Amino acid sequence: MRKFSFGRYALPVYSVLAFVYLLIPIAFTFFFSFNDYRRSNITWRGFTLDNWTSVCEAQGVCAAFATSISIGLISTLIATTLGTMIAIALVRYRFKFRSTISLLLFLPMATPELVLGAGLAAQFFNFGVEMGFTTIVIAHVMFCLSFVVVTVKARVASLDPALEEAGTDLYGSPSQVFWKITFPLLLPGIMAAALLSFALSFDDFIITYFNSGPTETFPKFVYTAASKGLPGEANVIGIGVFLLAIAIVLTIQIRSSIKAKRLAAMK
Amino acid sequence: MAIAAFGHATGSGHKPSTPGKKSAKVAILLLAPGLMYLVIFFVAPLVSLVITSLQTVDYTTGFAVYSYGFEIANYVNVVSQYGEQIGRSFIYAFFATIAALLISYPLAYFIGVKARRYPLLQALMLTLVIAPFFISFLLRTFAWKQIFSNESWIVTTLQSIGVLASDQYLVGTPFLVIFGLTYNFIPFMTLPLYTSLERLDIRYLEAGADLYANPRKVFRKVTIPLSMPGIVSGTLLTFIPIAGDYVNASGLFLGSTQTAMLGNVVESKFLKSYDYPTASALSVILMGAIMLLVTFYVRRSGTDDLL
Repeated sequence: MRKFSFGRYALPVYSVLAFVYLLIPIAFTFFFSFNDYRRSNITWRGFTLDNWTSVCEAQGVCAAFATSISIGLISTLIATTLGTMIAIALVRYRFKFRSTISLLLFLPMATPELVLGAGLAAQFFNFGVEMGFTTIVIAHVMFCLSFVVVTVKARVASLDPALEEAGTDLYGSPSQVFWKITFPLLLPGIMAAALLSFALSFDDFIITYFNSGPTETFPKFVYTAASKGLPGEANVIGIGVFLLAIAIVLTIQIRSSIKAKRLAAMK
Repeated sequence: MAIAAFGHATGSGHKPSTPGKKSAKVAILLLAPGLMYLVIFFVAPLVSLVITSLQTVDYTTGFAVYSYGFEIANYVNVVSQYGEQIGRSFIYAFFATIAALLISYPLAYFIGVKARRYPLLQALMLTLVIAPFFISFLLRTFAWKQIFSNESWIVTTLQSIGVLASDQYLVGTPFLVIFGLTYNFIPFMTLPLYTSLERLDIRYLEAGADLYANPRKVFRKVTIPLSMPGIVSGTLLTFIPIAGDYVNASGLFLGSTQTAMLGNVVESKFLKSYDYPTASALSVILMGAIMLLVTFYVRRSGTDDLL
């Protein structure tokens, strides 16, 4: 015999509405990937599977997608390596100018992308560097680096140094200790940083647009296509990437919640 | 004393965290490549931007010829010519940040406090919060353009009930630009709010209620102050990218020439009319304003949480 109270349901109902709001554009992108569009994919013209069955039919969309993937992979590899090294040094070693270094790592995250993009472009312009694939990679590594440091640093900080000391006590050489103990223990953090950095690189438009020259990435393709008509094939690629990313995140979350349950059961 | 001496004696030998010649060398080797990278491709470009913003321009040949100078007047010109767009950037960013805070707070509270007993549900809801990030930023903005396009049922309904005049549309209005900015950066607000609300100790709220505070007072005097770190980082993380955005306000997406922000001017000056000093001066102004804001926030809440 509980009294109905508005307050009990207000928050859950609100949250459901908020999620609907967050997901509306995704649903729309999904539906419009089945649109039998003509010139521009703005109004609904009927259902078709053509966009899905012949994704690469639209001029340039697959090439742009491939470029984005390779830029993402290369910049992730470089940013993750450099960032992990910094994260280890920040947690494990003591050195001078620590606060200056922290500031140097924090600033790229606090700087608007517009400034990062225009600044780098001004620099390339002043030195007569031709813009293209390489300059995009340079830009992406720059803005991913700090995010990698933050992500990996948390993992290094939670690592028990006793494990490495045990390795040293058992006559492991420093490189053995690193590759057999430290690196495997840091791997989840490094993977998380790599995923984040790939996602940042893949979706970046603002910085890329300033430093890309004639090279076409997927976001740049969407931007230029928006004026003359966005092909439904772009929606197919967007949704494909979305589903893949959701699958990866859900797998990681379910695995870690099973692990947490097992740990709780052991206790 | 003895314990202290003991601790000191063992401490300096093996622990990698103690300062020593060898560890300092390793630290430098680990730090140098990444930091050098940032100096070359982050710090130097910022300096480059300031230098470019002070260049003088000479039109005597018929073409714009730029040479190094110290033309402070560039800034005066830029502010008088583009003051409207500069102001718009900060006004839009202000409203969008407030809107994002108002929408995110109840949601973050629900996920972080109310759903605490159901970890799987919590994880699922967090995935939904970041779900928009998994679809291209430009595609989701374009989707809103489709939803609010001039032929859409939303616009025709609003026109038929008289909210909009028959020749009024939504695309190209400040309202829709702020709407798009809010939507695109909302996860940056929700996540930090969630992080600080997740750590909120319920017993403080109960203590407030036990001391005869009504729910509204508990919220104002206990919940809000305890979640302040989340509010601080959330507002910074949304305000900064919004102030520099040029996609939402662009005529290709949700805006029009009447909604042009600072970013739109920089984009067209840099990539279309090759007026580098103007574009650079505007970027420096944006950077300066953001740095003032960050310093103000850091002064108030400390630097420890920066990294």
